[in-house]
Amino acid sequence: MDPLILARLQFALTTVYHFFFVPLTLGLSVIIAIMETLYVRTGQDSYKRMTQFWGKLFAINFAMGVVTGIVLEFQFGMNWSGYSRFVGDIFGAPLAIEALLAFFLESTFLGIWIFGWEKLSRGLHVIAIWLVALASNISALWILIANSFMQQPVGYTQLPNGGIVMSDFSALVSNPNIWYQFPHTILAGFTTSAFFVMGISAYHLLRKNEPEIFRPSYKLAVVVGAIATVLVAVNGHSQAQHMVRTQPMKMAAAEALWNSQDPASLSLFTIGNMEERKDVFAIRIPRLLSLLAYNQLTGEVKGINDLQTEYEVKYGPGDYVPPAIVTYWAFRIMVGAGLIMIGLALYALYIVMIKANELNPLALRIFTWVIALPYFATTSGWLLTEVGRFPWVVFGLIKLNDAVSPNVSAGMIWISLIGYILVYGILILATIYLLSKYARTGLAANSNMASVDEIPSSVVSQGKGV
Amino acid sequence: MDYNTLWLILIAILYIGFFVLEGFDFGVGILLPILGKNDHERRAIINTVGPHWDGNEVWLITAGGATFAAFPQWYATLFSGFYLPLFLLLIGLILRGVAFEFRSKDDEPRWRLTWDWCIFGGSLAASFLLGVAFANLVRGVPIDANMQYVGGFFNLLNPYALLGGLSTVVVFMLHGAIYLSMKTTDVLMDRARQTAQRLWIASVVVLLVFLVASYFSTDMLSRLGVDPGVVPLTGMIAVLAVGYFIRTNRMGWAFVMTIITISFALVTMFNILYPDVMTSSGPGPSLNIYSAASSNYTLRVMTNVALIFVPVVLIYQGWSYWVFRKRIIAKPENLTY
Repeated sequence: MDPLILARLQFALTTVYHFFFVPLTLGLSVIIAIMETLYVRTGQDSYKRMTQFWGKLFAINFAMGVVTGIVLEFQFGMNWSGYSRFVGDIFGAPLAIEALLAFFLESTFLGIWIFGWEKLSRGLHVIAIWLVALASNISALWILIANSFMQQPVGYTQLPNGGIVMSDFSALVSNPNIWYQFPHTILAGFTTSAFFVMGISAYHLLRKNEPEIFRPSYKLAVVVGAIATVLVAVNGHSQAQHMVRTQPMKMAAAEALWNSQDPASLSLFTIGNMEERKDVFAIRIPRLLSLLAYNQLTGEVKGINDLQTEYEVKYGPGDYVPPAIVTYWAFRIMVGAGLIMIGLALYALYIVMIKANELNPLALRIFTWVIALPYFATTSGWLLTEVGRFPWVVFGLIKLNDAVSPNVSAGMIWISLIGYILVYGILILATIYLLSKYARTGLAANSNMASVDEIPSSVVSQGKGV
Repeated sequence: MDYNTLWLILIAILYIGFFVLEGFDFGVGILLPILGKNDHERRAIINTVGPHWDGNEVWLITAGGATFAAFPQWYATLFSGFYLPLFLLLIGLILRGVAFEFRSKDDEPRWRLTWDWCIFGGSLAASFLLGVAFANLVRGVPIDANMQYVGGFFNLLNPYALLGGLSTVVVFMLHGAIYLSMKTTDVLMDRARQTAQRLWIASVVVLLVFLVASYFSTDMLSRLGVDPGVVPLTGMIAVLAVGYFIRTNRMGWAFVMTIITISFALVTMFNILYPDVMTSSGPGPSLNIYSAASSNYTLRVMTNVALIFVPVVLIYQGWSYWVFRKRIIAKPENLTY
């Protein structure tokens, strides 16, 4: 099999898998920090136990996020050495900064937080978790600065030999693409975390376990969820409008818009013919795509076939059409899941705030079923934005063929691909096992959060200890 | 000093930080089944590195990221060239990292045993492969005129590289044993110290062999001369001094000595390399700090970031070691991991 296809498949699998763990880290860290802040300010023990309960789940998820992330940093060099050589001058910097600023901060202070309950004052201990929350969100910023360069390259100069170098760091970090992508990711993190906390809290509320822990958890999550689901969609919409301008082929592929239209219709459901690039069957709503793209009922949205022609003129012969079946359905799944989540979150907000009836059993049961819903949105969102950039690794600058490592054979990639699948397969089972176990058993299993026992080092003499 | 030289120094510092810090938690991981005879002891051992292993591992991630940022050609050639060993290294790191977090979260003996073996195997594999990789960097591997590694897999497992791998394993075990003797109590503490004594002998022997082998397999003779200089000599004296301090039960000083041994070995390695970053045994030239580097603008931007944040990191990581300076008692009801 072609090494390029294997390399792409491996990158997709490892990235999607990593992003199973990232959103929960981003959002839950903040939620836990809020809970512990309430503990510090009120002194109420229920807030402390609440913090420790969610903290344990957080730690399990965080470990998986860390180890799967290292794989990605190495993978650029391992499987995409052509890409690394070409963009390294620009792309390497945000990655290095992410590690130096964010990874050190979050890893060091999470260790301090998990192990330091009895060793630090309450004030210092809560600062630790706030630093973890800050650091993980800063890490998201820097990796998205790097990814935004791939979507919309800025701040670079092209050299006579065709290579590119960074010419303006401030342009790199103020790339307009980031200011859509970063909030979208953060809000997706809050959405995922809100549904996680709502679902598990609902599970316990239905069984009337420890309501002093789970009622406040549930209510906090409902507020976060209501705000985050709405904002992530509003921001996502702006991001899509930005993409119509900067990456029109991606949006055309997301809409299965084969031919340019003015006014452009929105597809609700399309079965397409990929080879001939036309519809087999489609339910379309007239004008709606123009409305979404430009906030008015007319306006041309470029189609796949026209863009292909345009790109061949601009960039040379080749295939510039992303696999529309992936982009089209990824987009629908993401938006569909997102709309359902808005509905559910606003319903929960209504039940909790207006009806003051957070123990409504139907609502609770629904939320125990939909914990996984955000993961459909986050996964398909990334598939859309990355697969939709085909054939570009950096839009307009370097294509997949030139990016892959030329000296890594298909055989070698088979080994690593199968290795990751096996190891990741086992680990996801172990993770789900542990998360379910600790989510269900609640605080009975929480005796581990006490500190390590110790002897003051002054007592230790001549290495005898006690 | 130009930015290129400065960045080789900075990257060397990052790799040294990684070897010195993660080195002892790799060592602790390898010693886990050897020194930990029952569940309580194993939990205590794991808890000595519990707060620190993740922050220590970030030194590797930062070193890799900095290599990408400052010397993208080096990053690309090295990581694509050493593909399978790096893949195995990653698997080791993955299993070890998850094992630390997951191991004690269930009582089932088979669950704990499996994760203990992941800690052991992951630490052992990672230590060994890192030694292999660094030895190959200095010894030289086949690189063509396009900076592509063209050597295949088995080329990387040459005798000198295997010796390098053995050296890192033994030295990390020594480093870890000394660390454990400072962080545990009673039986564990004594056992760790006795094991450190034996590992010290092994370390001196292995490092001596590795040093001699380096004269034959690398450019050490031509670049440093017959007398290699203050740094490697101090490193050798330090590893000898380890034995003295273990015998006189001053484990803190022994630990300082292993830190010196590890750091000075790496400094020597980078001295041999300089101004190259990756030695080529042909047909193409070695990669050096100019041919492999990013533009001056990028190096300047990164320098400003590094000069502010590396000291900041050192301060708060140092503080975290201070927070957890006390010894761990093997009483599971009080252990976090």
